[in-house]
Amino acid sequence: MERRYISLQVRIICAILFFSVVPLVILGTSIYYEFYRSYTRQVTDYLRSILEDRKHALDLFFQERIAQLTTVAYTHSLEQLRNEEYLEYIFRLMQGKSQFYIDLGVIDQNGNHLAYCGPYKLRGVNYSKALWFREVMRRGIYISDVFMGFRQYPHFIVAVSRHEKGSWWILRATINTDFFESLIKTAQIGRGGDAFLLNEAGVYQTTPRFQGKLLDAIPGFRWPHFRGTRVAEMNFRGRTSLVGTTWLKTVPWLLVIATDLSEELKPLHQAGRLSLVIGIGGVLLVFLGAFTVSRIMINQLIAAEREKEALDASLLQSSKMMALGRLAAGIAHEINNPLSVIKEKAGWLKDLLEEEDIALSRNFQEFAEAVEKIEYHVDRARTVTHRLLGFARRMEPFQESVDVNKILEESLSFIENEALHRNIKILRSFDPKMPFITTDPSQLQQVFLNLLNNALDAVDRNGTIWVDTYYNHLREEVVIQISDSGPGIPESIIDRIFDPFVTTKALGKGTGLGLSITYSIVQKLGGWITAENSREEDKGAVFTVVLPAKARL
Amino acid sequence: MDKIECRVLVIDDEQDFVETLVRRLERRGFKAYGALRGREGLDLLERHEIDVVVLDIRMPEMDGLEVLETIKRRWPFVEVILLTGHGSLESSLKGLELGAYDYMLKPADLADLIRKIKEAHERKLLRREQG
Repeated sequence: MERRYISLQVRIICAILFFSVVPLVILGTSIYYEFYRSYTRQVTDYLRSILEDRKHALDLFFQERIAQLTTVAYTHSLEQLRNEEYLEYIFRLMQGKSQFYIDLGVIDQNGNHLAYCGPYKLRGVNYSKALWFREVMRRGIYISDVFMGFRQYPHFIVAVSRHEKGSWWILRATINTDFFESLIKTAQIGRGGDAFLLNEAGVYQTTPRFQGKLLDAIPGFRWPHFRGTRVAEMNFRGRTSLVGTTWLKTVPWLLVIATDLSEELKPLHQAGRLSLVIGIGGVLLVFLGAFTVSRIMINQLIAAEREKEALDASLLQSSKMMALGRLAAGIAHEINNPLSVIKEKAGWLKDLLEEEDIALSRNFQEFAEAVEKIEYHVDRARTVTHRLLGFARRMEPFQESVDVNKILEESLSFIENEALHRNIKILRSFDPKMPFITTDPSQLQQVFLNLLNNALDAVDRNGTIWVDTYYNHLREEVVIQISDSGPGIPESIIDRIFDPFVTTKALGKGTGLGLSITYSIVQKLGGWITAENSREEDKGAVFTVVLPAKARL
Repeated sequence: MDKIECRVLVIDDEQDFVETLVRRLERRGFKAYGALRGREGLDLLERHEIDVVVLDIRMPEMDGLEVLETIKRRWPFVEVILLTGHGSLESSLKGLELGAYDYMLKPADLADLIRKIKEAHERKLLRREQG
């Protein structure tokens, strides 16, 4: 295929691809972005609701503990609670409904442990230096951070103080962290999610799932206090995560819930990948379609251009022949007039020579011979001009009753000289019973001339051209066969031999149009032409022209 | 044939041709006239009794076919033989339609021409007798 066709095809494909891929990409990305947004919002909302829920549960838990202790402290006197048996009774009562309490103690305002019930031997310990003691003395209610303490078990303290009979006493409970550990564990979403509590200094109050341990401090931790919940996308431990935070109301602890965003967005990414695959498939399909369509278009374009070229060539050919015909007629006419004069003058000389006195002259014989010769050569010239006129006349479209053998003979007379020159024998085998057929003799002659010229070219030198005619009575057809001793038609092009631009001649020698013009003429005349290679050893190409003997309407 | 003189008029723009043909025809017993132009030929027809006209189709000023038309209109019994140097079949055929006796391609053989003149003359005599 020619370069310009390829570039045209590339341009068509590019245009189609551009106009289909660009909307596809815009559509895909905008849909993906919208999905991403709504999905992220959904995840955020979910995270927020979990945060609210856990915060509420934790606050409730702490408030309940405070309420329980306050109730116990204010419904009993110090005297009652100093009695360890009674304290034990109260402890069992509290423990009966909830298993959070580790121990219960009563401490006087000097920090002396007055009564204790629990698994440890803590009676008599003085707490006056302890932070919690000072805080509860100052504020009345106190909830400590989680610590290990003497007990080597994570716990925290809830203490309330009561003023009775001029002095203060404190009811203190130690509570294990099991409840909120488990509460928080259930908020660890998915495989990469984490949830934990931090105090103001960034110390873990529960065991985080991945990095760090209980009571480890996050270095450089600072988190502003705020109301409500905050959810933000941030880099959390090296992964893009959605992190929700909220401060508890009852204790200055920060509840942190983090979800691995990539895990949360996995379905979205999967859908994205799927649509990308579908999109690429679509583009490939569009490309395939564009390629096919453009190929069809270009093939038709090529066919149309070929047809046009063939038409142009045959138009050129016929106009060339017309011009040639007119030229031939003009020349013939111009030469015929002087020829007539020469002929008449020669005739006149002959007339004069017949007179007696001249006949007696010495050179009479010479004169007579010269005049004969002049007449002879005028006749020769006349045959040439008349043949030219015949050729010219055939340029005009015509339907005549013609003798095919005669036309063939005329056509042969054009190439005979050339054939003789190249030592090519012409063997005729004409059917003497050929009928006259009604056709255009000039067109027919062009057919014969084309075939004969091809035969000459095929043989080149030293060979034979066979010209056979016969009449098929049964089918009422005349058959003209022109074969040569050339190399024959290459098998590769024998099927396309009548197509335009198919030639066996050297580049620049043949236009590849001769046979296609021949083909179209024969068709126009109502006949057909075939090309084959002879099975006989010494023969090459065989062209057979078949024409109807009677004009078919 | 010999008893009745045949009068021939040759109209052709080629002077040498007309002169020689007239001389050769006269030598063969015809009464021959020559004209180089159509109008000149018509003048001669006006002045002399003519049996057969040998007329060139392609001539300057007045075309052979025009001359033929005029002759056939004014002297319908005069026979015309067309001479053509041109291969155009059409003008020859048109000439025949206009009433020419026959046409010949140039350069014509004198023997053929004389034969045609005699035939034309005979036809003229025949038509006049019948007419």
